[in-house]
Amino acid sequence: MDPLFHAATFTGYVYPNETVIPWTVLIVVYPYLTGLVAGAFTVSSLYQVFGMQRFKPVAHFALLTSLCCMLIVPTPLLLHLGHPERAFNATITPHWTSAFAVFGYAASFYACLLMLETWFVFRPHIVQQAQERKGLLRWFYQVLSLGSYDLSEKAMGYDRKWIFALAVIGIPAAHGLHGYVGFVFGSLKSREWWSSDLMPAVFLFSAIISGTALLIVLYVLSCRLRKIPVDLACLKGMAYTLWGFMMFTLVLEGVEFASLVYRGREGIEMIMEYVAGPLVVPFFIMQFGIGSAIPLVLLSYMIWRGTTGRALVVGVATSALLVLLAVLMMRWNVVIGGQEIAKTGKGLLTYHPLIFGREGILAAASVVLAPFGLLWVMIQLFPPWGKTQHP
Amino acid sequence: MKQEAISSLIARREFLSKLGCAATCAGAAVVGAGALGVMQDAAAKSDSPAASGSFPTPDYDWTQHRWGFGVDATKCIGCLRCVEACKRENDVPGDAHHFRTWVERYVYLEGEDKPRIDSHHDPVNIEASGSEKEYRFANRYKNAKVEKAFFVPKLCNHCAHPACVQVCPTGATYRTEDGVVLIDHKYCIGCQYCVQACPYGARFFNDSKQVSDKCTWCYHRITKGLQPACVEACPVGARVFGDLKDKQSPISLFIRNNRVQVLRPETGNAPNVYYVGIDKEVS
Repeated sequence: MDPLFHAATFTGYVYPNETVIPWTVLIVVYPYLTGLVAGAFTVSSLYQVFGMQRFKPVAHFALLTSLCCMLIVPTPLLLHLGHPERAFNATITPHWTSAFAVFGYAASFYACLLMLETWFVFRPHIVQQAQERKGLLRWFYQVLSLGSYDLSEKAMGYDRKWIFALAVIGIPAAHGLHGYVGFVFGSLKSREWWSSDLMPAVFLFSAIISGTALLIVLYVLSCRLRKIPVDLACLKGMAYTLWGFMMFTLVLEGVEFASLVYRGREGIEMIMEYVAGPLVVPFFIMQFGIGSAIPLVLLSYMIWRGTTGRALVVGVATSALLVLLAVLMMRWNVVIGGQEIAKTGKGLLTYHPLIFGREGILAAASVVLAPFGLLWVMIQLFPPWGKTQHP
Repeated sequence: MKQEAISSLIARREFLSKLGCAATCAGAAVVGAGALGVMQDAAAKSDSPAASGSFPTPDYDWTQHRWGFGVDATKCIGCLRCVEACKRENDVPGDAHHFRTWVERYVYLEGEDKPRIDSHHDPVNIEASGSEKEYRFANRYKNAKVEKAFFVPKLCNHCAHPACVQVCPTGATYRTEDGVVLIDHKYCIGCQYCVQACPYGARFFNDSKQVSDKCTWCYHRITKGLQPACVEACPVGARVFGDLKDKQSPISLFIRNNRVQVLRPETGNAPNVYYVGIDKEVS
C-alpha cells in the first residue's frame, strides 16, 4: 500500500508539520494554465479590440486556445483537494475574506464570457455546418446554433458589437483572474518568498508572455501541419509582443527580488542560502539563463537585424519554446520554492515530486497536455482558419 | 353519454387540480423545511452551540468564557508526555510529521552564536526513540559543552486575528465566541490554504481524513470543565490553561504575575498563547 504522505528531507530547523509539503506540482500547473489563458486572450484582443490586423491569422485560434486552457484550469485544483466533492462549498458559502473564495465566481464568469465570445465568433461556421452536415454532427451544430440561422449583414453587425464588447470586458476579466492568482500567493504573510506586493504584477506579465509564446509555437506548428507558409507579419507581431512584455516581466521580477534582498528581513540569510544553493539550476540556469536571457538575446538580434524568412520562423519559435519553459520554471520556483524555505527562517526543505499518483508528475503533465488534446478536437469542430468568413 | 363524458372530464380535472395543489403544497413544505433547516444551521453557527442541542455540553455558554494558554518554558523538561497525551486524546496521526503540539529543543554550545534546534521529526530523535510513533529527545549533546539549553512547547496560538481563518475559502475554519479556532472537518475541502497561511506551522493535513487539522485546546474537554490533555499530562506545570474572563484562573494569574510574550507579534495575528522564559531565537 502506498504511504499516506511523503515527508520532505530538510536541513537546519523546520517545523515538524512543515515536512509534508502542502502544495505540490499540481499547484505549479494551475497558475501556469491560467497564465496561458490570459496570455492567449491578450493576443486575441489585440485583433478584436485594438484592431491590429496583423494578428488576424491567429486571433480566433488564440480564442480557442484560451478557452481550451480555461476549461482545464479547475482540474489541477480539483485533483489537489482532499475533498473535491465539497469543492462547491466555496461557492455555496463563500468566505469572502479568502482570496480563494472568489475563484469559483471569477473563473465561471470568465469561462462563460469566453464561451460566449467563441460562439459569436464561430456562429457563421456553426450555421453553415448546421445546414450542410448530415447525421449526428448536423444535430450538434443545430443545437449550437440556438435556432438562429440569420447571417444577414444586420445580424453580423450585431454579432461584431457583441464580440467587441465581450473582448473588452474579457481583458480585465482575464488579467484580473490571473493577477488574483498572484494575489493568492503574494498576500500570505507566512512566507517571505511569496509575501510581495509585486507578485500579482509578476504573475500577470509572465502570463502574457507565456500565452503569446504558446500561440507562436502552436501557430508555427499548425502551419507546418497544414503545409502553408507562416504569415511572417503575424509572427513578427507576436515576436514584438513577446519581446516587449518580456522586458516588463524581467524588470518586475528583478525589482521584486532586489526588494526582498534589500529589505533583508528576518530569515533573509536562509533565503540567500537557498538562492545560492538549490535555486541555482531551476532559477538562474533554467528560468533566467536558458528561458529568458537566450530568447531575449535571440529576439533582440532578429529584430535588430530584420531577420526574415525561415530563419525568423525558427528563431522566434525556438525563443517561444524557451519562454514557455521559463514561465513554467517561474511557477515552479514560486510555488515549490516558497515551500522549500521553511517558515522558521532557519531551515530548508527539499521537495521530491512523485511520479505516479494523484499529485504526481504524470498527473500534472496530463493536466498540462489536456488543453492541447481538447484544442485539437475544437479545431476539428470549429476551424479557426476555415473558409467561412468570421466576424 | 356525452354528459357523462363531460362530467368525468371535469372530475378528472378537479382531481388533477387537487393533486397539483397537494404536490405544490408538499413541495413548498419540503422547500420550507429545507430552508428552515439551512437557516437553523446558519443560526447555529452564530448562536451558542449548546442551543442547537447537538453540542456535547448542553449547559455550556461560550459567551461566558474566553480561553487562554500559557507556556512556562523555564519549567519544561522535554519529557514529551504532552505530545503523547495529545496524540492519543485527539487521534493525531501517529508519526513524526503531524503534530497538534510539539516541543522544540534549543541548545547553545560553547563558541557557537546560533542555537541548535531540533524536534521530534529530526532523524536523530526518531532513531533514539526507535519508532516514529514514540517521541524522545536523543541525548546527542552529552559530549559537547552546552552553554545554555531549554525546551519550548508549541501548539496552535488560537490567534485573535487568525490568518488561517482569513484565507479559508469555505469558512470551515472559524473562531468561536470563547476564543478558540476550530475546523469543521465535515465542511473542509482540503485545499490546505490555511496550512500555508499559518506562520507558526501549527496546521497540518490529516491524510486519513483528507482535511486540515490542528490543536483545538481540546475543545471537547474544556467545554466540560476539564483541562486540555497536554496541560493535564504535564508533570511540571509548564502548560497553563484557563479562562481569561476569570481573574483568578491559572492563565489570568500567569499573565498577571509574569512578563509574558507571544510568538511573531509582527504578523498581526494576535496570538493567545503566552510564553515565559523563551529566547530571541524562538519564533
